[in-house]
Amino acid sequence: MIAFLIKRTLQAMVVMFVISLISFSIQDNLGDPLRELVGVSVSEVEREKLRDDLGLNDPFLVQYGRFAANALHGDLGTSYFFKEPALDVILKKLPATLELVFGATLIIVVLSVPLGVYSAIKPGSLLSRLVMGLSIVGISIPVFLTAIGLIYLFSIELGWMPSYGRGETSSLLGWDSGLFTGDGLHHLILPSFTLASIMLPLFIRLIRAEMMEVLQSEYVKFAWAKGISPWRIYFVHALKNTMLPVITVGGVQIGTMVAYTILTETVFQWPGMGFLFLEAVNRVDTPLIVAYLIVVGAIFVVTNTLVDLIYGLVNPTVKLAGGK
Amino acid sequence: MALLEVNNLEVSFGLRSGGVKALRDINFKLDRGERIGVVGESGAGKSVLGFSILNLISNPGSITGGEILFEGKNLSKLSAGELRSVRGNRISMIFQDPMMTLNPVLTVGEQMIECLMAHRKIRKEDARNIALQKLKQVYIPSPETRLDQYPHELSGGMRQRIVIAIGLLMDPDIIIADEPTTALDVTIQAEIMELMLELCERNNVALILITHDLGVVSQVTQRTIVMYAGRIIEQGPTKEIINDAQHPYTQGLMNALPQMAVPGARLNQIRGAMPPLQRIPTGCAFNPRCDYVTETCKHNLPGFTESGSCLVACHMVAEMKREAAQAASLAQEVQS
Repeated sequence: MIAFLIKRTLQAMVVMFVISLISFSIQDNLGDPLRELVGVSVSEVEREKLRDDLGLNDPFLVQYGRFAANALHGDLGTSYFFKEPALDVILKKLPATLELVFGATLIIVVLSVPLGVYSAIKPGSLLSRLVMGLSIVGISIPVFLTAIGLIYLFSIELGWMPSYGRGETSSLLGWDSGLFTGDGLHHLILPSFTLASIMLPLFIRLIRAEMMEVLQSEYVKFAWAKGISPWRIYFVHALKNTMLPVITVGGVQIGTMVAYTILTETVFQWPGMGFLFLEAVNRVDTPLIVAYLIVVGAIFVVTNTLVDLIYGLVNPTVKLAGGK
Repeated sequence: MALLEVNNLEVSFGLRSGGVKALRDINFKLDRGERIGVVGESGAGKSVLGFSILNLISNPGSITGGEILFEGKNLSKLSAGELRSVRGNRISMIFQDPMMTLNPVLTVGEQMIECLMAHRKIRKEDARNIALQKLKQVYIPSPETRLDQYPHELSGGMRQRIVIAIGLLMDPDIIIADEPTTALDVTIQAEIMELMLELCERNNVALILITHDLGVVSQVTQRTIVMYAGRIIEQGPTKEIINDAQHPYTQGLMNALPQMAVPGARLNQIRGAMPPLQRIPTGCAFNPRCDYVTETCKHNLPGFTESGSCLVACHMVAEMKREAAQAASLAQEVQS
C-alpha cells in the first residue's frame, strides 16, 4: 500500500511537471497581456519597460525556471486582473465548481446504474428502448444547447427554476457552500442536469453493454443453476463485475467533467473555476490561465489515483503493488 | 416410478433465419442412484440436453415440446419460483470449465453459503459449517482458509472440487455434469472423475455425465445414451454399447478411439462431419456418413429397434444382424 502510494506520487510529480511545462509554454500564444493590462494610452517605451519588469522578455527556459521555483512554494503567479495570487483566486472559485461536479455525479450514479441494469436485463422492453433512444439524443446535443433548452423550458416557460447564479450560500467550516441552503440547492438543479447530460447517456450505455456481457458469462449461468434469487444474481453476481470497467472509465470522466464545467458555468453564470477561466482567456490573464490548467491537471491526477485505489478494493484479483 | 423421465423432449432455437430444432424426440429414464452417460460429437446436443432438464437454456432457445418429469412433476411447466427450489437443491449442475464457473469477485465461502441460504432457512454460521463439511468431502486441504479465498487464488483442479462441493451442498437427487473434466489437466482428470464416482456412490446420487470420453463413460456409468444431430440414436446398458455397439455411428465412435487403432497406422475416423442443425438431411441424419446406407435410410426416419437391452435408431440393425448370423452359420458350414 505504502509502496503503491510512493510510486503513484512519483508518477504524479512527473505528470504535473509535463502539465506545467505545456501550460506554461502555450501562454505566449494567447495574446499580448500588455494590451489588456495598460490600454492604448501608454507609449511603446513604457510598455517595453513594463515587459522587462514583468520578465516577459527573458528566454523561455529562464521564465519557466522562475515559474517552477515559485510554483514549488505554492505560488503560481499573480493574476494581472485581480492583482491577487492566481491560486487564491482559483481556490476561491473551486467550491462552486466542485458542488456542480458533485451534483452532476450524483445524478449520473443514481440514474445510470438502475437504468443501465434494467435495460440490460430487459433489452426488448419499451422502457429500455426509450432509454436507449433518448441516450443517443442526449449524447448528440451539445451542452450549451441543453442548457439553453432547460432554461427556456423550466425557467422561462414554467418558471420553476432560477436561470442563473448560485443562489444563497452558507459557510460551513470555512467552506462557502450552496449545498446547505434550500435556495442554493434550487439553483444547483439545472446546471447539474446540464453537466450530467453528456456523461449520463454514456454511462447508461456502458453499464448496459458490460452487464449484458456479464449476464452471458458462465458464472452467472452457474448462479442460476444454484437456484439463488434473480435479485441476488443481478445485483451481487452481475453488477459487481459490471462495475469494474465502469469505475475505471468513471474516474477519467469525473476529471473530464471538471473541464466541461466551462460551458455549463458560462451559460448559467455559475461563479466557478470554469467561468473564471473563460474570463481569464478574454482578458489574456496568463498567470490565471496557467494556474487553472495546473489545478485541473492536479484534480485529474488525484481522482485517477483515488479510482485506482477503489478499483483495487472492489476487484480481488488486483493487488496493489506492495499490498497484502 | 423413475426419478427422472424425459418424454419426447424438443428444444428449439428461434433464429432470424427461422427456428432450428436442437433436440428432437428425446426419451429416457433415470432411476435413483443410477449413473448415465451422454456421448456424441460436438454439436450433437449433449449440453443442450443437460441444460434443458433444469430449463436453463438461454435465449433464443426454449423447450418447445415434450415433458421432463422429476418425481412426477413436469419441470418444463414449473413457475420460476418452483423451478428455483429444484435448481441447486434437488438437481444440481457441474459445468465444464472451473476457471469460468466461479464468480471472480466473490469468495468461495460466499458462493457456497448463498446457495444454502437460498434453499434452507438457516443461520449463516450453520451454512458455513455445512460448506466446510462439503469441502472436506471433496478432499480440499485446509478448507477453513479456502472459504475466505477468491477463485483466482486456487488451481483449476481445486476449483472444480469446489464446484463439485457446491453441487453437493443440498444433497441433491441428481447431478448433471457437463464435461466436468474436459478443461482440466490430464493428470487431474482421473482424480476428479474418481472423486465424482465415489461421491455419487456414497450418497446414492444419480448422475447424468455428459462427455466425449468413452473411456470415462465405461468406467463410471451404468447406462449410455449416444446422440447425433439432436437425437438419441442408441441407448442401453453401457457394457453392451461399449462391447457390441449396434448403430453404425456408435461403432464409428468406438473405432475412432486411439486404443482401437493398430500401432503405427492412421487413427480411424468417421468420414465427413456432423451436419449443421439448419441442414439436417432427410431420413436418417447419419446417412451421408454411413457405410451401410440404403435408399430407405435417405428417405425414412428410423424408429427404435430393440437389440438385446439396447434401443437403436437404425434401419439396418436387423439387416446387419441377419448378415452377421448368416456369416456365422456360413463359417460353421465351412468348418464342418
